[in-house]
Amino acid sequence: MSTANKWDDRFEMVVGLETHVHLKTATKIFCRCPTDFGARPNANTCPVCLALPGALPVLNDHAVELAIRTGLALGCEIETSSVFARKNYFYPDLPKGYQISQFDQPLAQRGSVEIGHRADGSPIAIRITRVHMEEDAGKSIHDRFPGASAVDLNRAGVPLVEIVSEPDIRGSDQAEAYVRVLRQILEYVAVSDVNMEEGSLRVDANISVRERGESKLGTRTEIKNMNSISGLVKALDVEFARQCSVIAAGGKIDQQTMLYDANTNEVRPARSKEGSHDYRYFPDPDLPPLIVPLERVDRIRSGMPELPQARRARYKRDHKDLTDYDIDVLTASAAMGDYFEQVARQSDDAKTSANWMLGEVFAALKSTGQSIEHFAVRPADLARLLNMVREGTVSHSAAKQIFGKMVSTGDRPETIAERDGLLKVSDDAALVKWIDDVFAEHPDEVERFLGGEKRLQGVLVGYVMKQSKGSADPKRVNQLLAGRVAT
Amino acid sequence: MTDVLDFSASSLQMAIASGETTARRAVDATFDRMRDVGAGRDGLNILLYQDRHDALTRAVECDADASEQRTRPLNGVPVVVKDNIATSVMPTSCGSKILDGYVSPFAATAIRKLTDAGAIIVAKSNMDEFAMGSSTEHSAFGPAKNPLSHDRVPGGSSGGSAAAVAAGITRIALGSETGGSVRQPAAFCGVVGVKPTYGRVSRFGLVAFASSLDHIGVVGRTVDDAAIGLETISGHDPLDSTSAVEPVPSFRDAAHGGLTGIVIGKPKEYFPDDLDPRIRERCDAALDRLRSLGADVRDVSLPHTKLAIEVYYIIAPAEASSNLARFDGVRYGCRVEGDGLGAMYEATRSNGFGPEVTRRILLGTYVLSAGYYDAYYRKAQQVRGLIAHDFAKVFSSGVHLLFTPTTPTTAFPLGSKADPYEMYLSDIFTVTANLAGVPAMSIPIGRIDGLPVGGQFIASHFDERQMFVAAYALERALGAAALQ
Repeated sequence: MSTANKWDDRFEMVVGLETHVHLKTATKIFCRCPTDFGARPNANTCPVCLALPGALPVLNDHAVELAIRTGLALGCEIETSSVFARKNYFYPDLPKGYQISQFDQPLAQRGSVEIGHRADGSPIAIRITRVHMEEDAGKSIHDRFPGASAVDLNRAGVPLVEIVSEPDIRGSDQAEAYVRVLRQILEYVAVSDVNMEEGSLRVDANISVRERGESKLGTRTEIKNMNSISGLVKALDVEFARQCSVIAAGGKIDQQTMLYDANTNEVRPARSKEGSHDYRYFPDPDLPPLIVPLERVDRIRSGMPELPQARRARYKRDHKDLTDYDIDVLTASAAMGDYFEQVARQSDDAKTSANWMLGEVFAALKSTGQSIEHFAVRPADLARLLNMVREGTVSHSAAKQIFGKMVSTGDRPETIAERDGLLKVSDDAALVKWIDDVFAEHPDEVERFLGGEKRLQGVLVGYVMKQSKGSADPKRVNQLLAGRVAT
Repeated sequence: MTDVLDFSASSLQMAIASGETTARRAVDATFDRMRDVGAGRDGLNILLYQDRHDALTRAVECDADASEQRTRPLNGVPVVVKDNIATSVMPTSCGSKILDGYVSPFAATAIRKLTDAGAIIVAKSNMDEFAMGSSTEHSAFGPAKNPLSHDRVPGGSSGGSAAAVAAGITRIALGSETGGSVRQPAAFCGVVGVKPTYGRVSRFGLVAFASSLDHIGVVGRTVDDAAIGLETISGHDPLDSTSAVEPVPSFRDAAHGGLTGIVIGKPKEYFPDDLDPRIRERCDAALDRLRSLGADVRDVSLPHTKLAIEVYYIIAPAEASSNLARFDGVRYGCRVEGDGLGAMYEATRSNGFGPEVTRRILLGTYVLSAGYYDAYYRKAQQVRGLIAHDFAKVFSSGVHLLFTPTTPTTAFPLGSKADPYEMYLSDIFTVTANLAGVPAMSIPIGRIDGLPVGGQFIASHFDERQMFVAAYALERALGAAALQ
């Protein structure tokens, strides 16, 4: 933000984002080739996605399903009839010489997403102009073979939705919040892996500036080539500062396409012809209009999972003892929330479940690098562990040890507790043995304790717990210690 | 014994089934005929590729003593295929240098259906490059000649297919149509040419020229040959999103239909004052025959017909400019290296495409450009809607079929139409059916100075059967008169 700060008092940043998201289908949008990432170059190709003469596209209905879910999740109206159009341009990674996209009649329009709240508590909503379906291009590889470029068409034909926002975003912090919220929503409705590094989520930005108080939009530029959210934020700040200084010096902004270079943190004009394409859009005569009956929209709508905002509200209502921060963390992803809810339900203790999630579970995920979906500890096992603590079968400190073993072995908590002798011991003979050991090792404290220093009882219980490796029942230890003073 | 080449498609199938002849004999006779008429590149230039070895291999399968083989409707019947329909034997080069020698790794749905029915693909026929033309003079492999008159064109763009049937090489050939490219050469060569309803035959494997106008069609020596060919390749195909889910009736059953009570419209726009009087006379004679067969002939009007050529030459090049973008030298076909990517594209495409294809790509690129789209492409689509509405209106007024001349002239001399626009006008009576997507066919109705004249039936969507009823009946009624 440092470069942008000095202009903030005078100028306002106005941003609209175009977000491309890979849909999570097994096969491509117009053929039956697999979409898996990381296959051998050109392994996932066929006559259709290679654009061999005579091949024709056939729309993948599952891609339509996911695109409709996307539209609904973003509050859009789904159009009963939408049209695939050809976007014509030549490039080696575009086999047909045109991209099949949607142009003047997109699948979904007029949505909105809430990305946070203003200081006065009012929500910040970003309007969604449209959501349309299209196919991805292949990849050009320029650095692999000296003196030649290569093309990998595995990605050609992977289904995408493009989500276009209105220029409602003010500032790079809002842009960041928008992308995070979008990503969270798309993950919730399970339409995409939304992984920016693997390219399953890509963002282009339209940015202009205007003097504060001005209502007219300034001339915009389009920035491409941001590979991460932090890249997006930096690119916007750099371009904002550039546009402000041009205008402050009495200059004019050229409407053009800019490329962000993450290595130098610079924004440069793209080669002029990349910005001045005439794509000669026209309806694709190989594909009839996409008809989506209202009944289909209703069916998909009724099968939609809960969205993040609704889940946060529900937690707030149902779990009064959770803080807003707890709730945000627990609802970060649908999988996280689902995990929490299973633990809470099966242990019948939401607060303790939340504490464990925010403490032990998060720490374990972080240290093992696992995702919650593939976490070694299943929610039912964690719930049983919490139940064991509550029922007094294991102590809290033993539970932490057991959890550590569950993470590394995936074993059930009962198995670990028994195997490692961590079940809580309330058998007096064993307890007396440990107490005797502690008395022998700490004669000074014992003498003071027996002499009336009651506050040392806690210290001695601690020693006994340590001696028992956490398995002693502290309640019974306390009783036994109190009994010794009395004798 | 009958010469094997005299068998119709269905009688050849029966003769093979009964053991009267064999598929092997039919294939040998076919290749002998090719040689005798000089069908190859150094002769009439109507066939670009032949594969005798593969055809004989297929023939052995057809002759196998298994009843499920022998009952296939086209078992052992040789078929010629236009060079823009993908076959997995022989190249599919679309009459273009840019695809010279290109062999498709897959076969078109129509080809798969033919071979499933037992047909044997014997050759790929010459054509105007990417089907752009009406004379087969725009082939990168040189013009084809009309077998009935060697100094004249066979028509186009399916000129090679029509000429192959006219030369007696096969009874059935596949062609393709965007504006009349099966019917017009069929008329010029004195054979039957049929274009089905848009969506009736899968376009999968037909190399696209203008997707919304492209059809695979059939050339037959007789109406029956065309009917069995079309029947075989029709039907819904999940690989073509524009393919129709419509039941396919038997077109050959139409042979038993009558014309009593059938209303045939005679659209005045297809009989203009300046129509060659000899063509008018042949058409009127055919209409008299139809009347005598019980049909009621009525004057009708299709008022937007006069705009058809202009509309066609906006929509077809627009789609072509996009469809032909894939020929970029990157993945297949010819590549001419240049200094950098842009130069490679330019060199490859300038060298690979002939002048007519280049002209249409430029025209199509222009009409789709920002600022011109509304004035040209959108407007043309609106007028196309009016032309389609003309047909819908006439067919909903009790008219079952239309009858018109197929072409305004007979086959013209090679090299006589240097002006592209004059060439475009030879499709004036055929292009409307492509714009409206309705089925149409041409059958021989007579000759002028020894050159064939075609008469055209046009039916409403998916009513090919009605068209065949009339074609069978007229063909029978004319008999030898069709050769006079």
